[in-house]
Amino acid sequence: MDVPGRWKDLDHLLTRPGNVVGPGFEPDPALRAFLHDDCRVLCVGAGGLGCELLKDLALSGFGQIDVIDMDTIDVSNLNRQFLFRLKDVGKPKAEVAAAAINQRVAGVHVTPHFCRIEEKPLEFYQQFQIIILGLDSLEARRYMNQVACSFLAFEEDGSPDLSTIKPMIDGGTEGFKGHARVILPGFTPCFECTLWLFPPQTKFPLCTLAETPRSPAHCIEYAHLIQWGQERPGHDFDADVEEHMRWVYDEALKRAAKFGIAGVSYQLTQGMDNYMMYVGTDGIYTHTVKYEKDAACLICSSGVPLHAPASSTLQQVIDQLQRDPRFEGKLQSPSVSCGPQNLYMHGIFEEETRQNLQKDMKMLIGGSHAILQVNDKKLLAPLRCRLTLSDHSDLDAEMAE
Amino acid sequence: MIKLFSVKEKQKKDAAAINNPKQSAGELRMQKDMSELNLAKGTTISFPDGKDKLLHFEIFLKPEDGIYKAGTFHFDFQVPTSYPHEPPKIKCKTKVFHPNIDLDGNICLNILREDWKPVLSINSIIYGLQFLFLDPNPEDPLNKEAAEMLANNKAKFESQVQAAIQRGAYIGSNHFPPCR
Ligand SMILES: [Zn+2]
Repeated sequence: MDVPGRWKDLDHLLTRPGNVVGPGFEPDPALRAFLHDDCRVLCVGAGGLGCELLKDLALSGFGQIDVIDMDTIDVSNLNRQFLFRLKDVGKPKAEVAAAAINQRVAGVHVTPHFCRIEEKPLEFYQQFQIIILGLDSLEARRYMNQVACSFLAFEEDGSPDLSTIKPMIDGGTEGFKGHARVILPGFTPCFECTLWLFPPQTKFPLCTLAETPRSPAHCIEYAHLIQWGQERPGHDFDADVEEHMRWVYDEALKRAAKFGIAGVSYQLTQGMDNYMMYVGTDGIYTHTVKYEKDAACLICSSGVPLHAPASSTLQQVIDQLQRDPRFEGKLQSPSVSCGPQNLYMHGIFEEETRQNLQKDMKMLIGGSHAILQVNDKKLLAPLRCRLTLSDHSDLDAEMAE
Repeated sequence: MIKLFSVKEKQKKDAAAINNPKQSAGELRMQKDMSELNLAKGTTISFPDGKDKLLHFEIFLKPEDGIYKAGTFHFDFQVPTSYPHEPPKIKCKTKVFHPNIDLDGNICLNILREDWKPVLSINSIIYGLQFLFLDPNPEDPLNKEAAEMLANNKAKFESQVQAAIQRGAYIGSNHFPPCR
């Protein structure tokens, strides 16, 4: 099946040391077989960037590729999403892209998933060695970041358990610019660590939109935020539906005419809902930014180690937290949660969680290890604690760090 | 640098997932907000989707003083998973004659949009809403009719609003059901 010389260039990369590989890379002819037969890679998104990624992965020797995308092909995609043809308009992007690659690149098997990323269980994402993102929204990136970070487990000393790291590569494009970023949960900053890179969308006062619009953006926002709810109640606005965007555009145009404002365009209307890409050009792309891991990141940090006797009750764990010199002056009346479960909470849930205080901690967290969220008025953000319940603790080692 | 996976040893399969990916940073932050929530007398909160779904809740606000005294106003809060990077989306579900709330329940409150900052909290928003009912602002109208009446004839405005709260009333061409 292989044309002679098909793997020549790839073998140059895989079988020789060189300047483009990181330390720790061991050249090995077996790598090619690993990439082709065993390594499973997931491409999230089959749009502009996704088409490019799928082609590149297939031609770089990856043989087992999955692609997930919830969109169908629109005629306006055809200029750049080169795996699609006019006859494909209306069909799922993931399915058409997978079929195109399977047909064109011998020996490569692409499996499509035509659904939302939130619909897949964690086990689905667990089976891939690498996840690569071709997404256009901040929300979807944050979700995939949580997924990748959720597999991360920690050793007793708080260092990441290497076997649980799910590498993720994020990319984005805008015009002629682009960015790429590798996220190794536990090692490099995750998406949440550097969320400040994405300034929130500019928001105009509602009364300005309603009474004194002055710019094209004001008219578009008004159509989107106010008129949509008035004139199409019960319909959820979806920026991916062209008819919805057209409707907002038409209404914005009428409003602009009424107030004598020039400059409303369909392109601007689309841009209003896609600020991530826009920000990508002057935020992410700025190469002067040094990414740093946020030691207190709610999504990827290992948390502060905390040892308690195996038989502790929740109350005893809380008492111990308050006595802990590391948190001196920071914990006045701590609330404790474990995942979505509120173990003990001040405020509105105090009454119903109070009964947990006397309960066995092991039973409450369902084991001896858990990451706890500790909240307190004196803390600026939730505090992550990595709790271990055991009687023969290596407390000394913990204290030494 | 780390060696992520070797050719011979395939990746461990059963790493116990410690974190819950269904729990977004927004939900984690909401746990903090809820543990610090101080509701004024008469104000209540409810979670229509259950108390483990903190991103959707309702606030029932009962002003103790001012023009809107004795009314109960129902607000629906949708908190995005990106909270507090982005503010919650809030609608007023009670039809009310108010210069800064339109008849669809849109609210013009600066901290909900242009002046939102991640250090603000659900507490700050509820204070903001309470303030809006104590001191409606005719300068930045969302309901122009209400703003004009408040600016030109405060006594009339007050009696109309109270009539609506107590018994339900027409103000202009719109009917406002009672909301005591
Ligand atoms: Zn992080």
